[in-house]
Amino acid sequence: MYSAIAANKRNTVFIIAGFIALLGGIATWWGYASGQGSSAAIIISFVFLYALFQYYAAGSLAIAGTGAIQIQKADNPRLWRIVENLSITEGMPMPKVYIINDDAPNAFATGRDPKHAIVAATSGLLAIMDDSELEGVMAHEMSHVKNFDIRVNTIVFGLVSAVGILADFALRMAFYSNMGNSRNNNNNNDNGFGVVLILVGVVGWIISALIGPLVSAAVSRQREYLADASGAQITHFPPGLAKALEKLKAYGKPMRRKSTSMAHMFISDPIKPTVAERLWSTHPPLDKRIARLNEMGGKF
Amino acid sequence: MPVGLLVVLAVVVVVALWLLGAYNSLVRLNVRVDEAWSDITVQLKRRADLIPNLIETVKGYATHEKSVFEAVTKARAATISGAALGNPAAAAKAEGDFQGAMKSLFAVAEAYPQLQASQSFLNLQAELTDTEDKIMASRRFYNAGVRDFNTKIKTFPTNLFASSLKFNARAFFEVADLAAIQEAPQVKF
Repeated sequence: MYSAIAANKRNTVFIIAGFIALLGGIATWWGYASGQGSSAAIIISFVFLYALFQYYAAGSLAIAGTGAIQIQKADNPRLWRIVENLSITEGMPMPKVYIINDDAPNAFATGRDPKHAIVAATSGLLAIMDDSELEGVMAHEMSHVKNFDIRVNTIVFGLVSAVGILADFALRMAFYSNMGNSRNNNNNNDNGFGVVLILVGVVGWIISALIGPLVSAAVSRQREYLADASGAQITHFPPGLAKALEKLKAYGKPMRRKSTSMAHMFISDPIKPTVAERLWSTHPPLDKRIARLNEMGGKF
Repeated sequence: MPVGLLVVLAVVVVVALWLLGAYNSLVRLNVRVDEAWSDITVQLKRRADLIPNLIETVKGYATHEKSVFEAVTKARAATISGAALGNPAAAAKAEGDFQGAMKSLFAVAEAYPQLQASQSFLNLQAELTDTEDKIMASRRFYNAGVRDFNTKIKTFPTNLFASSLKFNARAFFEVADLAAIQEAPQVKF
């Protein structure tokens, strides 16, 4: 149990560190190759500001995107009490509770830290889950909050966008500097520079369009396993979440208002990826998650 | 020699920094356990506030069960006595007695269908279930804190100095009759 959590945390740190090294390397290389280190610095600071904005606005943006409605205790005492008791068990402040009017069973958590946390469940989820299953699902969501998963997601997202913007910039620079070349017939040095820029641009594009999402999905999948594990640890009842996931498998359907950018926040993927998309999927297959929980079941 | 001296100095600095960090984390964990304990006492008091009302409601229907009421009243007082609120072992004992007394109170209530149907009784029962859940939740948080703290002071190398700095293992809040509590008044919301 505990070693699973530790291993997941290690992997996440490793992935993010690798990403930062990659981004830093590209920025330095480009700055060196173009002789314009300052513009690389501008782009990175822009990306940093963007990530900061994301960090503070993530919660309200997510809510706006799903059409969730905030509830008080009287509106749905069952959901409220389950969340309240989980937050006592975890020693966390009570998060804001939202309900999404959607028949597709799903739930998500957001907020940059436990003090600004939001947990939401769809009406479909409330309808099909019994108390222990709902508790398992909400414990999973509370674990996301406790483990600062939203923060990690934001960082990864920021890093991927940084590489993307950098790549875009490099390709444009290459294009314009080539135009300048043909006009001025001012060849030797600038030609080599243009080639480097194109190279940087293409490599950056590959990273941001293909490898970036792959890495962020891999981080997200690790985080799902971790949230399953610590959720089960909170409730001391892994079968609750395992049964809930079984039900999600049986009743699961795409949500009405879905968005790819929100996919990582939900307990089950709101989009339903095909097999080819598995690698880019933000969630591990339900079967694997259930198997891991059942394995855990005997250990309590 | 100066090289040797530098090495010794560096080792001393590193050890001192480590000690500082270890000491602070022990203090943090210890405070967290205190905090968790005070959360439990809040819930225990909240539950105790419900009991007089519950007894009154049951009394309205079941008039001849004086001994049961007395036992519950006494057990209730014990759960919020100074001894119980200050010491997990005493609290655990009071908790066990209280659960036993409540069991007999609900057994009495079983015999009175009108009482079972009364709205105020149902409300009180629901409130009680909720509070019991919260006591269980805060107990888990407390026990998790105790586990972390005790693990820290008992593992190497913290164990070398923990006891000399007056960090002693904290007591878990374990209730003997756990099964009884978990299946206590079953009310669906």
